[in-house]
Amino acid sequence: MSEIKEINVRGLSCPEPVMITSMALKKYKGQMLKVIASEAHVCINVQKLLKSNNISFDVSNEGDDYVISFQA
Amino acid sequence: MSLLDSKWKLALTGAVFGILAVVLALLGNPGNMAICVACFIRDIAGAMKLHTAAPVQYFRPEIVGFVLGSFIISVLTKEYRTTGGSAPMIRFILGFSMMVGALVFLGCPLRMLLRMSAGDLNAYIALIGFAGGVGTGTFFLKKGYSLGRSNSISSTDGYVLPAALLVLFILSICTSLFAISEKGPGSMHAPALITLVVALIFGAIAQKNRVCFAGSIRDVFLMRDFSLLSILGGFFVIMLIFNIAHGSFKLSFTGQPVAHAQHIWNILGMYLVGFSAVLAGGCPMRQLILAGQGSADSSVTVIGMLIGAACAHNFGLASSAAAAATETAPATVGGPSPAGQVAVIALIAVVFLIAVTNQKKIEI
Repeated sequence: MSEIKEINVRGLSCPEPVMITSMALKKYKGQMLKVIASEAHVCINVQKLLKSNNISFDVSNEGDDYVISFQA
Repeated sequence: MSLLDSKWKLALTGAVFGILAVVLALLGNPGNMAICVACFIRDIAGAMKLHTAAPVQYFRPEIVGFVLGSFIISVLTKEYRTTGGSAPMIRFILGFSMMVGALVFLGCPLRMLLRMSAGDLNAYIALIGFAGGVGTGTFFLKKGYSLGRSNSISSTDGYVLPAALLVLFILSICTSLFAISEKGPGSMHAPALITLVVALIFGAIAQKNRVCFAGSIRDVFLMRDFSLLSILGGFFVIMLIFNIAHGSFKLSFTGQPVAHAQHIWNILGMYLVGFSAVLAGGCPMRQLILAGQGSADSSVTVIGMLIGAACAHNFGLASSAAAAATETAPATVGGPSPAGQVAVIALIAVVFLIAVTNQKKIEI
């Protein structure tokens, strides 16, 4: 099983987290990714991007962070 | 139920914003200034005597309510995070420039929409500039513009702005410390406590639906995403219905309240606002909401807006409104002074400099 690639978007202003996740979807197509965000609105924006790409995902909390896991 | 899972629900939250704005207008706020973040921060600057422009001095509870509404809902939903350290002084400048641009046009993006809904064609002209500014900011975002990461910081830091606004609001209703306009926009206001409640609701909803006037256009340019724009659609429709029903809809360039028809400066003023807002990560309203949910960086942006408002009036940068002739005075066309025009051009140059010098290579 391949390693899960971490995409750290903690502390970035909008819309950088969504832009970076969008780039990661293309660069790591088919791989398991987890996006780590520090703010709720970023977590929601990333989920919205994934939904618009018909990608299913899981959301969990690690400490104060939000982790969105999915296959690109 | 999520407020965010369809454009229709988001539009509905925008319609609620419209109803809240109508309530404030009916209770005494100026008609097409029912809610204006730039105007109200400017009024607060006047109340605190950071400037002494007599018609625009009043400690507006709306600003307090927006920040506290966001603060309370984010604490209750455990979304509150105190963060800071992402280029605070650049954010201060962006807040300053947003305010100067808004006061040259005579309104923030929210009031631009209110003016559009009342038929003010100058606001439609300004929208061209605003969209152009957002487009320019989006261009630099695609090129790699970033102010870097904010980090988790002491929670006390995030409490400063909400607590300070609450204390100042209490002082504003219990003491005579602050100046209040006897005539002009500052003298027109809904009762303070009702206004605070309305603004708390507005701020709480805005924290949930992430309304952002710059972000809504930016998302269309960047991702063909119309969801934030649908909030503005709901807001606009309600205000349009209100203005038509209330008899305050008038499709014209002239005779509009607190407005001028200097097209080039309406365009450039709002260009500056749109460009600055994208680089700062949100419009003036969004900065208040982010400050409420713990962003010290956005709090600094808000302070930038406050100082920008003070400077705009102390140094004659803010535009004057066009006025019809009276028995004692001739008609005036209004618009920015030469100093205001120089300030807008200079600040656009500064914002370009910020955009060019903050390019980072994105590595994922």
